[in-house]
Amino acid sequence: MTDAATLQGHAADVIVIGGGIVGAACADELASQGLHVLVLDGQRPAATAAGMGHLVVLDHSTAELALGEYSVRAWRELAPQMPDDCAMRTNGTLWLACNEEEMEEAERKQAALSEYGLACELLSGAELAKAEPSLRSGLLGALKVSGDGILYAPNAARWLLQRQSSRVVQRHAEVAEVQGNRVRLASGEWLQAPAVVLASGIYARELCPDLPLQAKKGHLLITDRYPAQISHTLVELGYVTSAHKGNGPSVAFNVQQRPTGQLFIGSSRQFDNHDPEVDAAMLGRMLRRAMDFLPVLGDMTGLRSWTGFRSASPDGQPLIGEHPHQPGLWLAVGHEGLGVTTATGTARLLAAQMLRTPPPLDLEPYLPQRFIGARAHA
Amino acid sequence: MPELSIDGQPFRFAQGTTVAAALMSSSDRCSRTSVSGQRRAPLCGMGICQECRVSIDGLRRLACQTICRDGMRVETQP
Repeated sequence: MTDAATLQGHAADVIVIGGGIVGAACADELASQGLHVLVLDGQRPAATAAGMGHLVVLDHSTAELALGEYSVRAWRELAPQMPDDCAMRTNGTLWLACNEEEMEEAERKQAALSEYGLACELLSGAELAKAEPSLRSGLLGALKVSGDGILYAPNAARWLLQRQSSRVVQRHAEVAEVQGNRVRLASGEWLQAPAVVLASGIYARELCPDLPLQAKKGHLLITDRYPAQISHTLVELGYVTSAHKGNGPSVAFNVQQRPTGQLFIGSSRQFDNHDPEVDAAMLGRMLRRAMDFLPVLGDMTGLRSWTGFRSASPDGQPLIGEHPHQPGLWLAVGHEGLGVTTATGTARLLAAQMLRTPPPLDLEPYLPQRFIGARAHA
Repeated sequence: MPELSIDGQPFRFAQGTTVAAALMSSSDRCSRTSVSGQRRAPLCGMGICQECRVSIDGLRRLACQTICRDGMRVETQP
């Protein structure tokens, strides 16, 4: 589509702001469709580097399930091409049930996921103990979702940005202002393109104040390397039934073992806290919760702990599409804790709208119009 | 003089010596092997960098934060 003669003052066919996993997936998808993409990244600490890289299909709503299922399937299709350092594994998630209420939730979840064709299976307490002997005894059972996985998102993003290097150009530059399809860099330079994609996670609010994004702080800790303790990603069903319900600070058990042997421990959630420092009380609460489920953690050494911010929309679903008031500005933001999981699907939904090709999913639940209404006309 | 072992090799130490200091007398002065197979050695000496983690009597410890005791079994693998 583009060569130097037809650029006419355009920096590329598309400028993507943000080189995290969502921006990288968008750039890669648009490049696959033949477009030339310039990716601007400010190199600020953000969710792609902070998060767990858990590819997990959630089902708080049909929209979340549809996008998650499609996206994780897309990741699995990419897996054979991914370099080893992306550490992609389809290790499956075990949703752990501590009580009858959570076992009912496991059954409900199994029905919902099965309807979307996801391979999942209920495990009894005994089957669970056999599958993951390091878990504490007495758990009621679990739902195993086989197609879920893990990957190392910073390397996956780098790979997506580099693999079509003839059409994807990266530039380290902070964007100070966005006006439709024009962006002003911190250096004062203006760049424009037929389309600008805003994919800078929680920082998108700085460039576009009408985005309804809320930061949800999370803590993580990684241990030293140990021989295999667990094989699946382990998450408590309380993650959805109780722990992370409501608006107060909460913790929930979420542990995976990296291919290096390190145990990667989450999760916590705090609203309206913008301090990136580790909160010792919150971290302690999270680790006690983790040790409740996986007592062996008590004998292990933690190497690092850190925090990150999930960029959440009011209904938990991302905003994917053109900004209703700014022609030429496209949004790929608001992924909360699922930016890595749904990056692939987000990219395809965005590209389909931009290129007017048939979308793989119903676009409606992800359109920015649901929060940024039509302008009132006098 | 009290004695410990580093990867099976005996080492005599003066009271108050840290395990990190003891490693300086070992064959390659290293504490561990990284994921990519590199040998790594103590760096910061104050318990922050995590480079000096070793196994002491089967438990992971930071060599720079551990004082040598008689009979300790220090291992630098993996």
